[in-house]
Amino acid sequence: MIGAVPLSYYLLLSAILFTIGAGGVLIRRNAIIILMCVEMMMNAVNLTFVAFSSYLDSATGQIFVFMVMVVAAVEVAVGLALLVELNRHKEAVNIDEFNSLKG
Amino acid sequence: MELTIFIIVAVLSVVSALGVIFNKNVVYSALFLLVNFLTIAVFYLMLNAQFLGMVQILVYAGAIVVLILFVVMLLGEQLGEDISSWVTPANGVIIVLALILLTIIGTAVTDYPTTGAKGDFTPELIQEYGQAEMIGVTLFTDYLLSVQLAGVLLLVGIVGVIWLARNDEQLPATGDVPTKEA
Repeated sequence: MIGAVPLSYYLLLSAILFTIGAGGVLIRRNAIIILMCVEMMMNAVNLTFVAFSSYLDSATGQIFVFMVMVVAAVEVAVGLALLVELNRHKEAVNIDEFNSLKG
Repeated sequence: MELTIFIIVAVLSVVSALGVIFNKNVVYSALFLLVNFLTIAVFYLMLNAQFLGMVQILVYAGAIVVLILFVVMLLGEQLGEDISSWVTPANGVIIVLALILLTIIGTAVTDYPTTGAKGDFTPELIQEYGQAEMIGVTLFTDYLLSVQLAGVLLLVGIVGVIWLARNDEQLPATGDVPTKEA
């Protein structure tokens, strides 16, 4: 069942998804979209981990995916809380507006 | 057959990833992100990682997308962005750089065949013991320290979010030191 799709196809697909995510972080100025793109990049890396784990018969890759999921959950929670707080402070979600550390 | 399914789901995945970026409405972006997460879950199922596929649906599609949608609804109307503002020289440079990055990664993963020592996480053993049990045993023996660190990280995240979400208006304003009435 595994052998039907070569490993490099999965790696190439996750490379494409990672690149789309990285481009999205740089192109869009909306902070929520940037968080979504970071999630997409993490998912691309997770796909690589699972593909290697499956093709090399090792559980380590899947453990790493769990850790990445924990980090992603914490990151999105803290990021969105910061975003709501910034929005309360200064009516914007465009990251170009937030150019001063001194509120 | 499996290759056909792979190609269909891969195209869907890439299209939904592009849909997240090139979409004016943030709610649509979040829904495209949901489609992207679900296609990743399908890939996990195809890669014999069924437990992880279910976790992906529960955590990403169930929790993270819902959280993002909550914030989108909370922040409301000021989320629109003018599409014409995207066509700038800087964004052109970014797209070229992204294509260069893709070329480098693509060359790396296709030209150099990846091999390695096979582990003991074989489909036969998974069939015998069950996937969740095998992952759980690995997680709580070999990787116990990382599990505890992940727990600490989650605790720090919870405390940080609660601190960020406090309501300032019930506290005295900063700099206004309360003085004793003489």
